Amino acid sequence: MNRFPLWKYLLIGFTLVVAFLYTLPNFFGEVPAVQVSPVRTSEKVDTALLGEVESLLRASGVPYSGVELAGSSIKARFASTDVQIRAKDVLQNGLGPRYTVALNLVSASPAWLGAINALPMYLGLDLRGGVHFLLEVDMKAALEKAAIRYQNDFRTELRSAKIRYGRITREGNAVTVHFATRDQRDAAANKLATTFADLAFTPEDQAEGFTLTARMQPEAEKQVQEFALQQNITTLRNRVNELGVAEPVIQQQGASRVVVQLPGVQDTAKAKDILGRTATLEIRLVDEMADPTLVAQGQAPFGAEIVPSRDGSNIAVKKDVVLTGDSITDAAPGFDSQSGQAAVHVSLDGKGARIFKDVTRENVNKRMAILLIEKGIAEAITAPVIREEIGGGRVQITGMETAQEASDVALLLRAGALAAPMQIVEERTVGPSMGAENIAKGFNANIWGFTAVVIFMIFYYRVFGIFSSLALAINGFFLIALLSMLQATLTLPGMAAIALTLGMAIDANVLINERIREELRNGSTPQAAISAGYERAWGTILDANVTTLIAGVSLFWLGSGPVRGFAVVLCLGILTSMFSAVTVSRAMANLTYGRQARLAKLSI
Amino acid sequence: MIEFFPFRKTIPFMSWGKATTAISLLTFLFSVWALWDRGLNLGVDFTGGTVIEVAYDHPADLVAVRGALEKTGLPEITVQNFGTSRDVLIRLPVRGGGSAAETSNQVMAALTAADAGVELRRVDFVGPQVGKELYDSGALALLVVVIGIMIYLAIRFEWRFAVAGMLANLHDIIIILGVFAFFQWEFTLTVLAGVLAILGYSVNESVVIFDRIRENIRKLRGETIPHIIDDAITRTMSRTIITHGSTQIMVLSMLFFGGEALHNFALALTIGILFGIYSSTLVASPLLLMFGVKREHFIKPVEKKEEAVV
Repeated sequence: MNRFPLWKYLLIGFTLVVAFLYTLPNFFGEVPAVQVSPVRTSEKVDTALLGEVESLLRASGVPYSGVELAGSSIKARFASTDVQIRAKDVLQNGLGPRYTVALNLVSASPAWLGAINALPMYLGLDLRGGVHFLLEVDMKAALEKAAIRYQNDFRTELRSAKIRYGRITREGNAVTVHFATRDQRDAAANKLATTFADLAFTPEDQAEGFTLTARMQPEAEKQVQEFALQQNITTLRNRVNELGVAEPVIQQQGASRVVVQLPGVQDTAKAKDILGRTATLEIRLVDEMADPTLVAQGQAPFGAEIVPSRDGSNIAVKKDVVLTGDSITDAAPGFDSQSGQAAVHVSLDGKGARIFKDVTRENVNKRMAILLIEKGIAEAITAPVIREEIGGGRVQITGMETAQEASDVALLLRAGALAAPMQIVEERTVGPSMGAENIAKGFNANIWGFTAVVIFMIFYYRVFGIFSSLALAINGFFLIALLSMLQATLTLPGMAAIALTLGMAIDANVLINERIREELRNGSTPQAAISAGYERAWGTILDANVTTLIAGVSLFWLGSGPVRGFAVVLCLGILTSMFSAVTVSRAMANLTYGRQARLAKLSI
Repeated sequence: MIEFFPFRKTIPFMSWGKATTAISLLTFLFSVWALWDRGLNLGVDFTGGTVIEVAYDHPADLVAVRGALEKTGLPEITVQNFGTSRDVLIRLPVRGGGSAAETSNQVMAALTAADAGVELRRVDFVGPQVGKELYDSGALALLVVVIGIMIYLAIRFEWRFAVAGMLANLHDIIIILGVFAFFQWEFTLTVLAGVLAILGYSVNESVVIFDRIRENIRKLRGETIPHIIDDAITRTMSRTIITHGSTQIMVLSMLFFGGEALHNFALALTIGILFGIYSSTLVASPLLLMFGVKREHFIKPVEKKEEAVV
């Protein structure tokens, strides 16, 4: 009665082989590598680039152990971190700013394992080191920004429709246009309502005149917010690419939040600075008619506003924006060829170039201010006099204090602006040495605990203890194999969950062994006792695991970050333990005792 | 055959009802008092704020560290050793405004300026809003686990078992929280995860005993209910101690080798496992008796259930 049909042994053997194969990559460790990916995701990564990388490395005599195409990037492996850093410099210089060259670690497992998609477990940031940010988009600001845009649009629209209007004011998200007569107001209401269908207009007659107030419809508001979030994610992705991080994660979370994970980033202060900056560029004309003394006192003439400039003085700039950062297609740091000052060379898109050409032609000998707007505060970084018409869409901006600043400004301009400011609402940084230590600690906790349990089981249950211990070890293999296959994130709490599930998994074997002992005590033959022990334990094992599974699933559902890692491992561990503790250990008992017809004694 | 717990005779657990109720009530009241009087020392996960762990390449001079940090002008900084004399833990309360995330940068800049041999090990910054959300979802998770398990027990057995099992194990949870409050150990997200896992784990202990009680009710027709329960507990005792023992071995291993990060997690599990043995045997079953479980609850509907184990 204690014999499995052949197919059952084969099935168990097959699962063991698969589990072993997928566990294997975790034992090979990692080798230093350099990852090359294009800054713009639309650009192709192909064998041509692969060849270029190889020839660059060969030309400068950097020894490499392999170059491969992996998804949207190229990874080159090296023998040591020294070579890796040299290779990074070589590649970055050779490939230019169109490509991000980042240091990375790749699995050292042989290629055939990669071919069957056997990868090492995906380690969480607490095990590999890195930064986790949760950023919240300021949706109120996004709506206000949209309202400001409408303010400008109304102005243009009414002007082109030749409807006379007074002031256009804004309070929060509501934009109010003032009129002298009712007819003007009604004409404007007709005109604007057809052009801006997603706004709700309310006319009001007041003592001092007639007004028309526009508010965004709820759907329009939602759209603005969604757009702001998407735009911010795109911008963050660009900025992260510029930072040169291997395998970054940038994901939306909820309606207004973005998760950014940067594994292996060492300079967290720099990362935080670049991610959080909201810089955008505006080009406006300087109001040359303004009274210098009033400007110095901070009083803006009509149609202009005062912005501070780098040297501490005030400049009056016109409210009309000539160009914004949206027109920028590229920005590179460099130096002014005449003065040798740090500069940013900006390229404009076709429309921007045309506008810029027109404006410069019409305003020769007047000054033009370049404003850098950060966190809602504008600063004129430079306000040069226009000497001549500037065509071709290439603009040089000077006024940066250092080359570093020029390169930061260039990065921000290149990556685009954030649609709305963002705030870091959660940060988890783990230093690289701590990550390695956490792995060691988690590993030790598991190994020592496992050893102690095995010693106890073998001492207490003898041969059946050996079965139980082997089943427990196999459970560990299954769990690691499953985690590797699913590429679920393994965190330090996840490693704790491995230990915990191993401790709990032995429960099933204790149940079985105790039941066999009881059957023996009640006078069953050894064969019958084994059979009854396994058959009857199954129901209880199932029962006992369901409650823990309920806890695990709830934690996965409601938990975040590391807790989720704990929950995943807990749930998977319960599932694998049911298979290994019952079926696998039964197979071992059957193989050992099943064929002995006259079995007189069990070692239990 | 080695047996540590060769209980052949039925141990009269139910006659100790008064004593166990008294013990439970006392520890429970103690825990409630500790929670009330001292409160949980909630970690940065729940309160918001910043925790920075740094390591020096030489034993850290806490006075110098404090001095360096005072220059930043940040309020209410606490500095303490963490683990070894070279590791320092710096805590800052939550600050309003967008600059909160910059705090860790400021701190690191000040520390590096004062002593270049400092290395950043870890930063946890949680904004007040996120902290509140984590707190809420933690409480919700506890509720969901409790309700989920009760529904399961009610379906699997009947409502008296569900309520008795849940009360017994909630009593464990309160005691874990009470001990954490009494010693002012830091209560973090990971500890919460451990508490919930142990809740599921302890309940399965009650399931095993309940299984046996149900089996006995059908088998031992002539016996009184208290005796039936006594018998069920006695027969499952050996298994209870061995499985809890082996789980405890793993948890102790975490406590000793897992480092500071898993320390409180392992402590919570240890308390949970120890009280789990006690409560599922000596709290759940008397409660069952108190709720008036009767033979008729099981005999009348002839349901086909597989026999319980152990």
